[in-house]
Amino acid sequence: MKLIAAMSGGVDSAVAAARAVDAGHEVIGVHLALAANPQKYRSGARGCCTIEDSHDARRAADVIGIPFYIWDMAEEFHDGVVEDFLAEYSAGRTPNPCLRCNEKIKFAAVLDRARAMGFDGVVTGHYARTQISESGKTLHRAVDHSKDQSYVLSVLTVEQIQGAIFPLGDTTKVEIRAEAERRGLAVAQKPDSHDICFVPSGDNAGWLRDRLGSEVGPIVDQFGNKIGEHKGAYTYTIGQRKGLGLTVPTSDGSPRFVLKIEPVSNTVVVGPREDLAISTMRGERPVWCGPAVSSEKKRGFVQVRAHGSALECTYYFDGTLLVAELDEPLLGLATGQAMVIYDGDRVVASATVCETQ
Amino acid sequence: MPSIYVDHAATTPMSPAAISAISQQMTQLGNPSSLHTHGRAARKVLEDAREIIARTIDCIPSEVIFTASGTEANNIALKGLFWNGKKNGKNLVVISAIEHHAILDPAHWLETHEGAELVQIPVNSDGVIDLHLLKEIVSQRGSEICVISIMHSNNETGVLQPIDEVVRIAGDIPVHTDAVQSFMKTEISYKKLGVTAMTLSAHKIGGPLGIGALILRRAFEIPALLHGGGQEREIRSGTLNAPSVVAFAAAASQSFPKENVLLLRDSFISGVKKVIPDAYINGEKSSRLPGIVNVTFPGTQSDTLLLLLDAAHVSASTGSACSAGVHEASHVLLGMGHSEQSAQSSLRFSFGSTSTQADVDYVLSVLPDVISRGRAANK
Repeated sequence: MKLIAAMSGGVDSAVAAARAVDAGHEVIGVHLALAANPQKYRSGARGCCTIEDSHDARRAADVIGIPFYIWDMAEEFHDGVVEDFLAEYSAGRTPNPCLRCNEKIKFAAVLDRARAMGFDGVVTGHYARTQISESGKTLHRAVDHSKDQSYVLSVLTVEQIQGAIFPLGDTTKVEIRAEAERRGLAVAQKPDSHDICFVPSGDNAGWLRDRLGSEVGPIVDQFGNKIGEHKGAYTYTIGQRKGLGLTVPTSDGSPRFVLKIEPVSNTVVVGPREDLAISTMRGERPVWCGPAVSSEKKRGFVQVRAHGSALECTYYFDGTLLVAELDEPLLGLATGQAMVIYDGDRVVASATVCETQ
Repeated sequence: MPSIYVDHAATTPMSPAAISAISQQMTQLGNPSSLHTHGRAARKVLEDAREIIARTIDCIPSEVIFTASGTEANNIALKGLFWNGKKNGKNLVVISAIEHHAILDPAHWLETHEGAELVQIPVNSDGVIDLHLLKEIVSQRGSEICVISIMHSNNETGVLQPIDEVVRIAGDIPVHTDAVQSFMKTEISYKKLGVTAMTLSAHKIGGPLGIGALILRRAFEIPALLHGGGQEREIRSGTLNAPSVVAFAAAASQSFPKENVLLLRDSFISGVKKVIPDAYINGEKSSRLPGIVNVTFPGTQSDTLLLLLDAAHVSASTGSACSAGVHEASHVLLGMGHSEQSAQSSLRFSFGSTSTQADVDYVLSVLPDVISRGRAANK
């Protein structure tokens, strides 16, 4: 096949591209420039698409022996990912921008462009697997569960999965680094990137405050009594306990947790741990990663964070929303998070949490 | 497998004469500044080479200052002439809006770090500078101008600039011209033009990379950027690179096949118009260098086209500088009135002494498919 390998400048995408070449594909390396004003250097494990990263990607492509280009996707990234991130936070939800990036950039803008140019698909260094079965090409967890990235890929439609190649899903990260050494790739020991790439300081709250302002608002308890003040409701997350700055103690001395964020009234609601518990979640904008989910109740697992646990549940589609009923209550789930349904290690569907109870 | 190179304005193959000269000189021991036999031998060939280059550009040998690049020569000229003027209470730097980054960036640096006031003379839609505006600025603020720097021809479009007019308008104001693209490609005489300073580069004419020259009027002193041994008139320090200088001269001794390159260019232009009817040539109405063609392909994005051409074994260029490989809309095309979008749908094809009609025919044969895929990818 003719493939575009998305190369971030990190070790994973470099090995992924090399493996695609070994598998006999015709591969072209592409580095996505996602920041309009890239920084020169990466600081520690944070950020990506610095100029240094693009050099690392180019060097890896040269060592592998494939053509290499840089595609400027800064505008698409800003509109589809950064703006969405801000809009979600200002609406009181907690978004995952990596999901958005996979949905709108890597497997949409890039894949579309690749296909129009005559390529068959996109290779990435994500830790996930695909399988061909009776129901077509399906998405599965990586064998290295600690690195599994199927959660952030759960926004891919069947059509997008069709054009996605994940050569690393059957290998552990440790082995990938060793393989990169063997292949003479200088990025073999480059630190992993963490956090949100467009917040290079790692200070999400500060980054949000700079862009959304820091309007003071009340912190109230579960009965509506004002017990403190905050500087911007969006800098809190559901389930957060630390950094609330409350001086009024609870009657029994138990700690308080953020239960709810109300963007319209700019209010943060706090309360006891047990009030965080939810047993049902509903998600909008469902994506089917294989055969569509029906109204028939099925047993499976739901995961709500990139590296969270898979929780046993019963799931179904009510015609509008994807519903997961948990066997055991879950503490602290924010709207805006992605709920991803698994059948064993197969990704069934995902949706954006809009209601919990 | 074909391998078609139509990016001669970026760099062009070293001529066999230059390769032989550099190889030969690399076997010779001696620092041209040393006083002993070895040093004198190196100095002899270096000065022979300086005389050849001086003859080619029509200046006197002592006016040739060797540098490590055209960029360095541009920096020495612009900054040196600015600092000269500043000593006399002047502060204005006048350049064109379409200069290469090797002038544009030092000019902005002078603005930010040295308090210079920068004026950029715009170009018309044909890519030629606005002489009326230059005249106006010179007549109103001539006594404040440290330097006027206008390129001899543009590296993206090949459009020649009226430097003789610029010199006439400038009067006593020092004029620098970046002649990196023009040297050997068109008639050019340092003496007849009457500029104070001119920049040349070896690798655009079949010489090696890493060697350039600043032609600076005899006895005209400007402050140095690099301080050290003072080898080149105290204006440029650093051990003289005899092998590269000798190869530079060998390349300058060859003649550039202007007529042939012009024929190839025109055959390419008519072919492009035939296979891509809505494509248009930037600066077509102006007098241009023989080897450069800048084409806009509406509805495409140039980085996509480059990838597709590369996959079809054709090396072309967007012509504009890129930071971290991200293609930015060309300031030259924007200056000629392009929108961001149309500027980003343009490519530069440039031909050189080794180009052939077969190269042109091959590019034309792959172009329709490249453009149609490029258009599909841009939807």
